[in-house]
Amino acid sequence: MELFEQLKEKSLTNWFKLNSSKWVRIGGGTSGQAMGSYKLYNKSKELIQNNFTDVNLSMVSAIGLMYLEPIVDITMPDGTRVYYGNVTLDEIEKILKQHLTKNKPIIERAFAANEKAANMWGIQNINDMPNISRQKKIATRNFGVTDPLDINHYIARGGYSALSSAIFEKSPEFIVDEVKNSGLRGRGGAAFPAGVKWSFLAPSKEPIKYVLCNCEEGDPGAFNDKGIIENDPHTLVEGLILNGYATNSSNGYIFIRQGHEIPINAAKKAISDAYELGLLGKNILGSEFSFDMEVSLTGDSYVAGEETALMEAIEGKRSTPRYKPPFPAAQGLWKKPTNINNVKTLSYVPEIVRKGSEWFKSIGTETTSGTAIVCLSGHIKYPGMYEIPMGMTIREVLDYIGGGISEGKSIKVLQAGGPLNGLLGEEAFDTMIDFDAMSAAGASIGSGGIIVGNEKTNIVDLLRNLIAFNQFESCGKCFPCRLGNTHMLEILDRMCQNQSNSNDLNLIQRIGSSMKSGSLCGHGQLGYNPILSALKYFRTEIESAVNGKINLTGVNGDGKMILPTRTRP
Amino acid sequence: MPENSNLLEKIKHSLESQEQPTVTILSSLLSIQDNLHYIPSEGISETAKFCGKSTNEVWSVASFYTNFRFTPPGDNVVDVCWGPTCHLLGAQIIIDNLQKTLEIDGEGESKDGKITLKYNTCLGACAQAPCIAIDHYIHGKQDKNTANKIINEIRNK
Ligand SMILES: Cc1cc2nc3c(=O)[nH]c(=O)nc-3n(C[C@H](O)[C@H](O)[C@H](O)COP(=O)(O)O)c2cc1C
Ligand code: FES
Repeated sequence: MELFEQLKEKSLTNWFKLNSSKWVRIGGGTSGQAMGSYKLYNKSKELIQNNFTDVNLSMVSAIGLMYLEPIVDITMPDGTRVYYGNVTLDEIEKILKQHLTKNKPIIERAFAANEKAANMWGIQNINDMPNISRQKKIATRNFGVTDPLDINHYIARGGYSALSSAIFEKSPEFIVDEVKNSGLRGRGGAAFPAGVKWSFLAPSKEPIKYVLCNCEEGDPGAFNDKGIIENDPHTLVEGLILNGYATNSSNGYIFIRQGHEIPINAAKKAISDAYELGLLGKNILGSEFSFDMEVSLTGDSYVAGEETALMEAIEGKRSTPRYKPPFPAAQGLWKKPTNINNVKTLSYVPEIVRKGSEWFKSIGTETTSGTAIVCLSGHIKYPGMYEIPMGMTIREVLDYIGGGISEGKSIKVLQAGGPLNGLLGEEAFDTMIDFDAMSAAGASIGSGGIIVGNEKTNIVDLLRNLIAFNQFESCGKCFPCRLGNTHMLEILDRMCQNQSNSNDLNLIQRIGSSMKSGSLCGHGQLGYNPILSALKYFRTEIESAVNGKINLTGVNGDGKMILPTRTRP
Repeated sequence: MPENSNLLEKIKHSLESQEQPTVTILSSLLSIQDNLHYIPSEGISETAKFCGKSTNEVWSVASFYTNFRFTPPGDNVVDVCWGPTCHLLGAQIIIDNLQKTLEIDGEGESKDGKITLKYNTCLGACAQAPCIAIDHYIHGKQDKNTANKIINEIRNK
């Protein structure tokens, strides 16, 4: 306890110093990289080194407003903070020099400011932007604020105090009960209550027990798991340690797909810094509790995200799902008792422990407490990553958060929750975002991805894209999934080539139901979902494609489509 | 042959320099591919020896994950995303164009052998779609012209 208080005091002193200095923050992350924010950072670094002695520069986490990237924001000692969006390499010198030397922003280039600066210069207050004000930031509370690679920033913002208070003042059983009572449900797709899952693992007296964090995140359209890790890795690390403490486990793994260097490096750095400060390893913070953690990388395989396939991958094998039972809590990784949760699920835990389960329960809906972290992309004006309270309707998210359509006349279709979930049409846009309402509508929050398609989107063409993914990613273990997906893709491709016939609709439905009943894991069981839901909302369009009346001229390359079919050997 | 012993040394170094506590067939293969950009057949047999498994077991893992390749790639690897967001925003047009520029059908090496083209199911920067990546570094908001420009720049370097 004392050890932690010392850490905290040191972090706070530095944090206050930084906040009252001239501080330039540039948002990073994968999406930022795609828009050149790392180049912008390097150039700014050089400019600042050559021209200033009193300016701090940090590459901070992305704030989530991805349509404005790269984002640069400048805090001045007088407490003003101004945000610039879509900053180019050509103008950064001018912005930095004018703002930092004259203490006056280039007003017409700023998109927002904190209250003080907003009042001073007539810039929009950042908290008046609907896609900021309507968010409820819990897991993403540090986004846009801290340097994700600096553990002291995290501690200064209240980080690791939940861990410290848990291991010195609260019993493991208490933490499990808190998580149970909070109503936190798993954010990896199945929506299973996290506390209940933990209570399966907790009683086992095995000396070696594992808690795993799933960041396979293969769902196209979803980037919030990698988003949390690259933008605030410590909130996940703290969550996973708390998971370990609550269930009396010895080891934790963060499981990430290879190739995503930014989140991988952030996770590794966070873990090694936590070891250095005594927050991981033997006798954490001088307590009786010991816990180790490492990053486990996987090769490219979507099914590796399925919980038992993931264990196979950590063991270094082909990531194909196991038969259940035995369930992971009895026999998981290396046959030891194991728990597995998604990144988002675990990232809520520090704040739940710190602020109490009743607080968490007060946010969201009756059946789904807390927030949803949505990733908006496609034909939407403000694509980005936003944390919204559960219970908002889809339409509110599209209008207030997403700012409506980007090009075209109207939003025709949404792909929500990844390719094992569904398509939604306009009739469903008043659905409330919570687990139960969404699945009743035929879709799912799933991974949190919402892909927006305008009126020009061809449903059969989109379905072909989704089923091509499912085909490509079938692990091949169960033949209904392996062959069924291939067969469905052939039919959809036939439809796109105007070579389909009226039997095809029956055929595709039959394949879908065999896949559902004959597959071991969700990949085969749910792989027909996009088509099933599309039949609900876009039946006429699909029927006319079956009858040879599809016209793909002008659609995404005139209906041409790579079909990277590959059946795993 | 000196070249071959050099390769073997690099493989052994890849296997032995793994830093994480848990070392497996998969982690070993990832490490080899990280260093050599492909898995030579010696990589399979050395991994088998190193992990105390049969080459059969190693092959079963190597052939499963789609990121592994068994011949050397070009000097630069270009990933093009064909995920649904990129698809809706024009990925097919970009892919088609890149294939023409590089004179290839499907995935693989350009005629001059300098560039490898790969399909990617989602690069994780969907908010900036359509995306391509050069050696894992992502470029967002692409169209056929900007993507071609990037490719020509790296090709002429
Ligand atoms: C094919 C397939 C892929 C999956 N991929 C992921 C994934 O990438 N990330 C994830 O958290 N869960 C994924 N899941 C769900 C996991 O099996 C598991 O339910 C989840 O990680 C549990 O975490 P939670 O209880 O916190 O939601 C996948 C499931 C299936 C069937
Ligand atoms: S769909 Fe292309 S980056 Fe995600």
